[in-house]
Amino acid sequence: MANSDEPKKTNGQNIEQPSRRKFLINAGYAIGGVVVGGAVGSLFRKPNKTQQTEPAPPSGTGEETTVPKNYNRALMFFSQDQFAIANAAAERIYPADDIGPGAAALGVAFFIDHQLAGDWGFNSREYMSPPFYTGEKTQGYQGRLRRREMFEIGLQEIENYSQTQKSKKFVKLAPEEQDEVLKAFESDSVKLTTISASGFFKTLRSATIEGVYSDPLYGGNMDMNGWKMRNYPGNQMSYTDIIEKDFTKIEPSSLQDHMSAH
Amino acid sequence: MAKTLPKTDVVIVGVGWAGGIIASELTKKGLNVVGLERGRERKTEDYYMVHDELRYSARYGLMQDLSKETVTFRSTEKIRALPMRAYGSFLIGDGLGGAGVHWNGQTFRFLPYDFKIRSMTTEKYGKNKIPADMAIQDWGITYEELEPYYDTFEKMAGIAGEENPLGGKRSNPYPIPPMKKSPAMQLFTDATKKLNLHPYMMPSANLSQDYTNPDGVSRAACQYCGYCERFGCEYGAKADPVVTVIPIAVKSGKFEIRTHSHVRRIIHSGKKATGVLYTDVTTGEEIIQPADIVVMTSYVFNNVRILLMSGVGKPYDSSTGTGVIGRNYAYQVIKGGATGFFEEKQFNNFAGAGSLGVNLDDYNGDNFDHSGLKFIHGASISVSQTGQRPISNNPAPGGTPTWGKDFKANTLKYANRAITVGGQGSSMSFKHHFLDLDPEYKDAYGDPLMRLTFDFEEQDKELAVFISGKCADILKEMGANHIDQLKELGPYEITTYQSTHNTGGAIMGSSPETSAVNTYSQMWDYDNVFVVGASSFPQNAGYNPTDTVGALAYRAAEGILKYREKGGLLV
Ligand SMILES: Cc1cc2nc3c(=O)[nH]c(=O)nc-3n(C[C@H](O)[C@H](O)[C@H](O)COP(=O)(O)OP(=O)(O)OC[C@H]3O[C@@H](n4cnc5c(N)ncnc54)[C@H](O)[C@@H]3O)c2cc1C
Ligand code: SF4
Repeated sequence: MANSDEPKKTNGQNIEQPSRRKFLINAGYAIGGVVVGGAVGSLFRKPNKTQQTEPAPPSGTGEETTVPKNYNRALMFFSQDQFAIANAAAERIYPADDIGPGAAALGVAFFIDHQLAGDWGFNSREYMSPPFYTGEKTQGYQGRLRRREMFEIGLQEIENYSQTQKSKKFVKLAPEEQDEVLKAFESDSVKLTTISASGFFKTLRSATIEGVYSDPLYGGNMDMNGWKMRNYPGNQMSYTDIIEKDFTKIEPSSLQDHMSAH
Repeated sequence: MAKTLPKTDVVIVGVGWAGGIIASELTKKGLNVVGLERGRERKTEDYYMVHDELRYSARYGLMQDLSKETVTFRSTEKIRALPMRAYGSFLIGDGLGGAGVHWNGQTFRFLPYDFKIRSMTTEKYGKNKIPADMAIQDWGITYEELEPYYDTFEKMAGIAGEENPLGGKRSNPYPIPPMKKSPAMQLFTDATKKLNLHPYMMPSANLSQDYTNPDGVSRAACQYCGYCERFGCEYGAKADPVVTVIPIAVKSGKFEIRTHSHVRRIIHSGKKATGVLYTDVTTGEEIIQPADIVVMTSYVFNNVRILLMSGVGKPYDSSTGTGVIGRNYAYQVIKGGATGFFEEKQFNNFAGAGSLGVNLDDYNGDNFDHSGLKFIHGASISVSQTGQRPISNNPAPGGTPTWGKDFKANTLKYANRAITVGGQGSSMSFKHHFLDLDPEYKDAYGDPLMRLTFDFEEQDKELAVFISGKCADILKEMGANHIDQLKELGPYEITTYQSTHNTGGAIMGSSPETSAVNTYSQMWDYDNVFVVGASSFPQNAGYNPTDTVGALAYRAAEGILKYREKGGLLV
C-alpha cells in the first residue's frame, strides 16, 4: 500500500507553493506593523520541532529507503463485520472506475470508523437533551440515538435485510444486489422501528463523501487521490497568481505538507 | 448568591463586530468598558491548520456548541417547536470576534428604498400592494442619514470595491480598489452587460491590497486561498474584529475582555439597567457586573432572548400584534439561484475568496417595476467565487443520482465546469413570524431557548422563482450548455445551510409602539440599554447584513457618548 506519510514536493506545474515565511517576506510585509503586526509576525514562529515531519530519508546512501507503515489502518470503533459492511456500502456509494479509486481504496471505512469514535459519533456538539418528539421534516433530526448507535443498528439492518431478501451476507452480494439493498434503505422501503432507514442512508452517504474528500489526516482520501481525481489542489497557501487565469492544474498538497513548509 | 464586582462605565454583552466596534469607539473617548464574551479568545495563530474542510466547515469548528445552547423552530404557531439539534440553516458565532471571524466579507450597503420600504411601496403602488399580514416598516432613519457611518465602517475594515451603479449615493469611493477578476466573473460581466444589466465588483472585506486603516491598523492582502467562509483568515487579510477594532480597544488600556463569560440577565431597577448577571463557564460561578450603560451585542437570538428573560421591554404578542420584543423576525430568500454546466470550459473553481464576485441590483429593491408582480422587493444577483471545497460542493446536472457510478463520474466531470449564479433575496416581516421563549426546552444553564416561528410566504415563493429565472437567463447568455433552476420554493426548513442573516426581534423605528429601539439603537423604555445588531432590522434587504450592522454600531457608539453627557432619550 502506498504511504501517505511522506512529505510531497509541493511544486505544481507552473505554480510554486511558497512557504508562509517566504510569502510574507516576498510580500515585503514588515513584522511589527501597527497593532496586528503581532498577529502576523507570529506566523514567523519557529516550527515546533516535535511537531515537524521527519524529512524523508536521503536517497542514494546505499541504504534501503524504509516505507513507514500506516499505523492509522486499525479500528477504533467498528467490529470486523461492521467494518466490512461499511466498507462495501461506501464502495457502492463511491465506486472505483476508470477515473480512479473508490471508497474502499481511499480508506473511507477507516475514516468513518475514526469519526464514530470521536465527537461526531457521540453527537457531542449537538443538542441531545430531552424531551424527544417526532417532528416535521422541516425541523430536522429529532431522534435520541447518537450516530454511533445509529450506525450499529443501521449496519446490522443492512445485514438482516440482505439475509432475508437475498439469503446472503451483504458483503457477498453482487454489486447490483448491494445497490438494491441500499436503495431500499434510501427510499425507506425497509421499515425499521428504531431508526429511519433513509436517515441512516443519508448519514452514510455524507460520511462517505467526507471520507473521500477530507484531508488525508483523517484516514480517508488516501494519498490525496480523492482530490486528484477532481483536480482539487487541497491546501495551498495562495492562488493570487492563477485567480485571473483559465483553468490551471496544480499538484495537490495536504495539511501535512503545510507542517513541513514552515 | 452571585458575587458583585466593582461598577464600570459600560458593559458590552458579546464581543463580535458590533461589540468590538462599540468597544473601540468608547475607549477612544476614555470610557471604561468591560466586554463579556461567552466563548474563547481567538487569534490569527489559531489558523495554522485552517485549510481543513472537515473540521471547520463540515464539523463547524468555530461555531456555537449546540449541546449547550440552540434555538427551537416551528413553521406555524399551530405546531410544537422542536430544537435545532444539529446545524443547518444558519451558523451562530462564538468566541472573540463572533461570526466576524468566519464570515465571507461581502459588504453591501442597503438601498435607500430598504429604509423607507413601506412608505415608498405604498406611494408607488397603492396600499393594497402590501398584504394585510405583512409587517414591514420604515426604519425611522434614511440611507442618507446612515451614509457617513457606512463610510466609517468601510474605511475601518478596508473594503475593496467599485461604485454600485444602482446604489445609494456615496460620499467617498471605496478605500481600496476591487479584487481581481476571474474568468468566470469576466464571463458574467460581459453577459450581463449584453443584457443591459449593471454589474459591479462585489464589495469585499478581503483586502485587495495591503492596507492601513484610519486607526493605524495594517493588514496584508488576500491570497485567494479558497478557505474563507466558515474559516478564520491566517493572514489577517479578512476584516475581522480580532484584527481591526478589538486591538484598538485593548491598546487604549480601557477595555477589559472577559472570555468564557456567559451573560444571562440584564439587572434593572425601575426603568434603568444597573448591570448584567453572567456565569463564568469555567467555574460555574454567577457574577454581577454593575454598569452605567448596558450594550447588547450578542447577535439577534441572544439579544432578544436576554431581553425577554430579563423582563426588559414589552414582549410581542402575535395574537394582538402588540408589544415589541420578538417582533418582526425575518431572514433571507437564498434558494432562487441557478447553476450552469459548461461542456467546453473549465474554471479554477477551487480558488477564490469569501467576497470575490460580481453583483448586480437590477432586480433588487424597487429598481424594477413590480406592478404586475405578486411580490415586492427582490434580490441582488451575483456570481461569486469563494472556493468550491470538495465535501460541500458536488454539482451535477439535474437528474444525476446522488450516489453511485454516475454520481461519481458527473461530480468529478463538473467540479470545475459548473457556475452558480445566485440570488440573495430580501425577506419581508410578517405578523406571525416572531421570536419568543420556548416553554419547554432549556440551555445548559437552565434558561429557556429562543423559539423561532417562521415560514416562507407567497411573497418569498414568487420572488425566488422570479429571481431564479433571471439567474438562468444570465447563465444562458454566458453560454452554459445545461442550466438547472428553481421550479418551486418549498417550505422553510432548518436543515440545509441558507445564510446566517437572521434579523429582527428588537427592531428600530420611530415609535415605541412598534419598535424596541430608536435610531441610535437605544431602547425606548430603558434609556441606558442599547441593543445593537441585525436584531434592529425591521425586515431584511436583498444583501448580507454586516455593513449595515457595522454602520448602526458606529451610530450607537456616537449615541452612547451623547447619552453619557446628557442622559435621556436621544431621539
Ligand atoms: C458562515 C457565515 C458567513 C457570513 N458571511 C457574511 C458576509 O459575507 N457578509 C455579511 O455581511 N455577513 C456575513 N455573515 C454574517 C456576519 O457574520 C454577521 O452579520 C456579523 O458577524 C454580526 O455581528 P454581531 O456582532 O451582531 O454578532 P456576532 O458576530 O455573532 O457576535 C456576537 C458575539 O456575542 C457572543 N455572545 C452571544 N451570546 C452571548 C452571551 N449570552 N453572553 C456573552 N456573549 C455572548 C457570541 O459568542 C459572539 O462572539 C456571515 C455569517 C456566517 C456564519
Ligand atoms: S480568501 Fe483571502 S481573506 Fe479569505 S481566508 Fe483566504 S487569504 Fe484570508
